[in-house]
Amino acid sequence: MTQNFSLSNDTWDLHRRADRDRQRHNDKIKEVVKQNLADIISEQDIITADRGKLVKVPIRGLELPHIRFDPYDHERVGQGQGGSKQGDILGRAPSPDEAQGVGKKAGTEPGVDYYEAEFTIDELAEMVFEDLHLPNMQDKGVKQILSEQAVFNTITRRGITSNLDRKRTLLEAYRRNTRQGNPQKWHIRDEDKRFKNYDMLTEPQRNAVVFAMRDVSGSMGEFEAYICRSFYFWMVRFLTTKYANTEIVFITCHTDAREVDETQFFSVGDSGGTRMSSAYSLALEIIEKRYNPREWNIYPFLFSDGYNWGDQECVELVRRMVTMCNLIGYGEIGSDELQFGVGFAPLGQAYQEAFQNDPNVVLVKINEKEDVWPALKMFFSKRHAVPG
Amino acid sequence: MGLSHSQQVELEGWIETIWDKAKEMGLDPYPTHFEVAPQHIIYELGSYGLPARFSHWTFGRDYHRQKTSYEYGLSKIYEIVFNTDPTQAFLVEDNSMLSHKFVVAHVLGHSDFFKRNTYFAHTDRQMIEHARLHAERIHEYEVEFGWAEVEGFLDTVMSIQEHFDPTAAIFRSKTHEQHEADRKRGPGGPETDYDDLWNVIPDADSPKVRARKIPEEPEKDILRFLAVHGRELAEWQRDIVEMVREEMFYFLPQMRTKIMNEGWASFWHERILESLDLTAEEHWEFRRLHSGVLSPSGSKMQINPYYVGFQILKDIRRRWDGEPEQDDRVEEDWTGREIVRHGGEGMKKLFEVIEQDSDVTFLRQYLSDKLVKKLDLYTYKREEVNGQDVWVIQDTDWRRVRDNITDSMTNFGQPVIYVEDGDYLRRGALYLRHAYDGKHLDIEYTKRVLTNIHKLWSRSVHLETVVGDAKTLISYNGSEFSEDPA
Repeated sequence: MTQNFSLSNDTWDLHRRADRDRQRHNDKIKEVVKQNLADIISEQDIITADRGKLVKVPIRGLELPHIRFDPYDHERVGQGQGGSKQGDILGRAPSPDEAQGVGKKAGTEPGVDYYEAEFTIDELAEMVFEDLHLPNMQDKGVKQILSEQAVFNTITRRGITSNLDRKRTLLEAYRRNTRQGNPQKWHIRDEDKRFKNYDMLTEPQRNAVVFAMRDVSGSMGEFEAYICRSFYFWMVRFLTTKYANTEIVFITCHTDAREVDETQFFSVGDSGGTRMSSAYSLALEIIEKRYNPREWNIYPFLFSDGYNWGDQECVELVRRMVTMCNLIGYGEIGSDELQFGVGFAPLGQAYQEAFQNDPNVVLVKINEKEDVWPALKMFFSKRHAVPG
Repeated sequence: MGLSHSQQVELEGWIETIWDKAKEMGLDPYPTHFEVAPQHIIYELGSYGLPARFSHWTFGRDYHRQKTSYEYGLSKIYEIVFNTDPTQAFLVEDNSMLSHKFVVAHVLGHSDFFKRNTYFAHTDRQMIEHARLHAERIHEYEVEFGWAEVEGFLDTVMSIQEHFDPTAAIFRSKTHEQHEADRKRGPGGPETDYDDLWNVIPDADSPKVRARKIPEEPEKDILRFLAVHGRELAEWQRDIVEMVREEMFYFLPQMRTKIMNEGWASFWHERILESLDLTAEEHWEFRRLHSGVLSPSGSKMQINPYYVGFQILKDIRRRWDGEPEQDDRVEEDWTGREIVRHGGEGMKKLFEVIEQDSDVTFLRQYLSDKLVKKLDLYTYKREEVNGQDVWVIQDTDWRRVRDNITDSMTNFGQPVIYVEDGDYLRRGALYLRHAYDGKHLDIEYTKRVLTNIHKLWSRSVHLETVVGDAKTLISYNGSEFSEDPA
């Protein structure tokens, strides 16, 4: 009898076909995430997450669409473990909203066509920071600490074998063999070998300090606290990638300003009047005592609703600060519907007039969560334009 | 190398034994090539559908999901088999010897099905090689026209890949010449045998030639239609449409016979393994594997095709073998006479069923009330209960279940769309019609697909369907949608 079957048992070690397409899919997910950063970065569970934690991001619109039946329009057939009867509830169904993609679970349920991709905070941050720039970073520092880094930036003919540059070596060998009339030969001689080599680079260490200032007067509520938190979270993370040493000073202010710790800073507001000039005065005092402008890059940022006693006083103080700070920010939070699109409140208007032509004073208006991302981009953009 | 030399020799011995048993019991598989591969290769093959198929991110996505699901212990694939001659099957290298035997027997069942079932009669048994050539050509296009361009085009084509019809040519009602003759006769409808009665005196004004219609008859094969008539498509794009269509053509019979095919393979792995000399331990492991494959699906929203197919086949065999059970329904033929079976014809009947049926006809004929109860099948739908959206069982009546399941498999579960007019309004617009059968379309998705069809057609695209109760024409002109009563 002729054998009608065969069995092969080869090695598959070199087979990596699906990885390319998997990578491409991952890239597409990232594209979707980048388009939706405004929604994603102001999510509560992201800004409160630990560094290493995985964050789930719902991905929509990545599936290939097909002309399909409305999954909720008609009955389907299912199968139970026995004894199922009319009226039994099989499980929670996505509501019409969720079916559009605002839900939790994907998988075997009909109609649910999105899923959640997982990212670490660092991966998300990397995507966020791709679009942020630090326009006038300065090498400041009498107290310059030199940090050393090895950078592979030269190619040499001698070196240790572990640093062999295989690609260049092969290329050299190919060139030489071809020159000698043997283009098919790949024989490698010592003279073909190329090695990567490194230089030690010294970089002046840069220091930065953020003055996170926040209006905690009675008019500032939970939403305002949340916006501050979201904004400072990304601001500090971003600065950390640019400066070896980043410190934050938290200042809350109603009529009096106080230096507080992080927890106190983000808790909901006090009551009382509003005199933001005291926050600036305190910041200036602290700069004088602890952060010599010649050694530190200074970023003061104030969040307020813009209703304040003594706007001109604030303008004067900011004018003094401009000389010693890299960038000064003012964020006005208007959750009140009446303020929508109307422009800045009195404090904002005062700044607008005073610093119209100063690229180092940036004014942003935040009405809803999704505005945090544009605000960040405006603050850390290459060229500053004062919003009109 | 997954197996040690001695394992390989042992497995070869077993394959030979199983092969002989299968032949003895009446199976007629293609020669079969087994290949041992690591788990991740099995997932790769599963997600691409064919070895060395062209590259696309959706395959990468499926691969990632299957692999993740396996790594979390949620699912495992034991085997992959391709419909080719010789049959190509893959075994997972870290399986036990018993699992290998189980899978080999299962694979021979599939291979027999591929060879026996009439829906597979015209499939390309060299498809692996052809898919490889497709992949090479598509890769060349990537090099020549840029991978982003090619990927974007594939995205577009693959979103309508299920709209093809290999049988369209057979079911045309008239030839091209007849259509032409009709057209030249002008208005007054098609030719009939009585025309000479009315046309004794030819009307001098009458014979106005009608404009040529494209397509002459409603065309269900949208892929082919676009490849032939799409004015703005480049040659490489037409080629890709044809390649995608060809591969879908290959997968079509598998989509139409999933339940039967898996049922048949399961039926045979059981029969064959029961006939082998297994140790008590091996027998226990076999039973455990068997019941793992043949149990209700974990999700209550789906059926397990292995289980359903297997039970129906066993039931057919029992009835035709003449082993009545107490609550069997009395079977009547169409005149109302009771059908009497002689018994002993179970296997003969099974081979007939496997040869002739597809899932739709199979379920319509053999899914009985007893089976619906035994398999615990039901229909369900979304309802609001106490302000919560939940899935609720609607009915367990066997007729309703049967009608629902066969309906959901008609046209392998996809809406039927026809090209009605390729020169709509004499502006070269494309007019599509959804053959509405009581189930509405997902409008959101449909609109996204219409933008894709627009990319292929380069002019306005219209789709007639039913929204709510009203016949509606959804139109897309390249920048915006409109919905009008049709």
